[in-house]
Amino acid sequence: MNFLKLIITNLLRHRIRALFGVLGITFGVAAMLCVLAVVLGAIGMFRNILESDSQYLVFERNVSDLFFSSVPEAAWLAVEQMPEVAAGDPVLFGIVNAAGHPVITCFGVAANNPRVQGAEWLAGQAEDFGQQSDRVYLGVRAAEFLAAGLGDSIEIGKGSFTVGGILKTKNGFEDGGVFFPLDLAQRYFSRQGLASIISVRLNSVSEGDAFKARVEAQFSDLTVLANEEFSSNYSQFKILTATAWAVGLCAFLLGGMSVANTMTMSVFTRIREIAILRVCGFSRVQAATLILGEGLIIASVGVLCGLLSSFLLLYILQRVPQLQGYIQASVSASMVLGVLVTALFTSIAGSIYPAWFASRIQPAEALRYE
Amino acid sequence: MSEHAIIVRDVCKAFDQGRIPVLRNVSLQIKHGQRVALWGSSGSGKTSLLNLIGGLDVPDAGQLNTFGLNPAKEADRLELRRSVVGFVFQLHNLIPYLTVRENVLIPAVALGVPKLQAEAKLREILERLQMEHRMHHRMQDLSGGERQRTAIARALINGPKVLLADEPTGALDEATGDNVFELLGDLSRDLGVTVVIATHERRFAEACQRIFRVSSGHVEEACK
Repeated sequence: MNFLKLIITNLLRHRIRALFGVLGITFGVAAMLCVLAVVLGAIGMFRNILESDSQYLVFERNVSDLFFSSVPEAAWLAVEQMPEVAAGDPVLFGIVNAAGHPVITCFGVAANNPRVQGAEWLAGQAEDFGQQSDRVYLGVRAAEFLAAGLGDSIEIGKGSFTVGGILKTKNGFEDGGVFFPLDLAQRYFSRQGLASIISVRLNSVSEGDAFKARVEAQFSDLTVLANEEFSSNYSQFKILTATAWAVGLCAFLLGGMSVANTMTMSVFTRIREIAILRVCGFSRVQAATLILGEGLIIASVGVLCGLLSSFLLLYILQRVPQLQGYIQASVSASMVLGVLVTALFTSIAGSIYPAWFASRIQPAEALRYE
Repeated sequence: MSEHAIIVRDVCKAFDQGRIPVLRNVSLQIKHGQRVALWGSSGSGKTSLLNLIGGLDVPDAGQLNTFGLNPAKEADRLELRRSVVGFVFQLHNLIPYLTVRENVLIPAVALGVPKLQAEAKLREILERLQMEHRMHHRMQDLSGGERQRTAIARALINGPKVLLADEPTGALDEATGDNVFELLGDLSRDLGVTVVIATHERRFAEACQRIFRVSSGHVEEACK
């Protein structure tokens, strides 16, 4: 027998107690990772909508939400003509409701928009986009929940439209939305001559600064951000990310508290046992290490189970028919590392007081009163 | 090396912030290899004195020396418990969910004894105590005598110089108690280990080489 085996033996002989500790961490890690993966996945999807085949976004300065941004037609036509620009795609965002569906995102785009042209058309043809004035085009998920097919008439908001096609994009949000030809969207949302953003592809990325300076000099009420800048500065993304981490951490703290509780109860119910170990020659450090070691093993097993559980849960969530398309979990190595570090740190922190308490046990006193 | 294994000089100990004195100016000396009884009734201070000698507790006043170590110092107390002293308690104080083997090996784990060396010593001791066949049994499977022999094996695993036995027969029937007491005597003779036994039974005290009578915190050597 060695020190590690003694730690493992202690855990195995107190299986239920150890199991509760492991379950607490498992729950915490799974909850944290799932919340982060789903929310950051959602952000990723929204970012993809904005950044489709482009490097820069042009939008109205000082708007809190891109849905409120207005870029005049004159501006986007001018931007398209700028020497640095290879292509500029105006997009007008709108939100409407339909029977039983309070929020449907609408994308007003030009016929040559790459997200439309690059999509997989399940019904209708990309070439027909915008050819007829009352036609809208449904993302595959929207077609499912609106129960609409090619040529059907659908009610969206206060308007009645004919389905001109059904397309499947690479993005769950877009698949749950409705694509309008830009001029139809402008009329429908009463925003004639306006777009929400212009996504811009440059001839050369190195011309970004010049492009940005040119736009901002010419249009003082517009701002230009590179995609990466936008992602890191857009307040909605920041709020969502912060919320995800906060919710995840709260979920995880429950797990951390579980370990603290398990280890504290473990020490309090084993005062005599720890005193015996001290009688047998265990130093204060060894007694503390024993408890920390138990906490660390519980945390490690919990983290492993939590990771496996979260991957399984995310796999299932992405395949639930009712959620299909809306959840595209985004699990990055840095996120997993962050969760691992948080989990282990919290678990160890939760074991510090019990370990300290164990190290302070006076053998004679403990044996006298226990 | 001093001829005395244990020296206690003017030691005082009280509990409850000095309100309950348990040892009052206790002095005694025990030579190497002696088998000594601390004889007295319950609450007389025997256990407290054993705890001080073995480094489980610290005195309020006075001087202690156990095999050259000062139990008043934290480092010396740890050294005492690890490799100088072996404890045997009335209630065994074995860890119930561990097997005989695991219980006995605990002091070796604390001391960091290499595995093979510890295993060899374990087998040697269990064989001597006729406990080898119980090696993988847990405490609930053992009789009182077997548990006490396990406790003695644990006390011996690191090759202590002194065995401190606190009422080692107190929880056993008469015959089993006699066996355990006889075993302690044999170990003292065969291994040259100094043995200090706290007991309230006169017959066990008289079987020792020296008797210190403990009463109301005072200790005096009794004539045999």
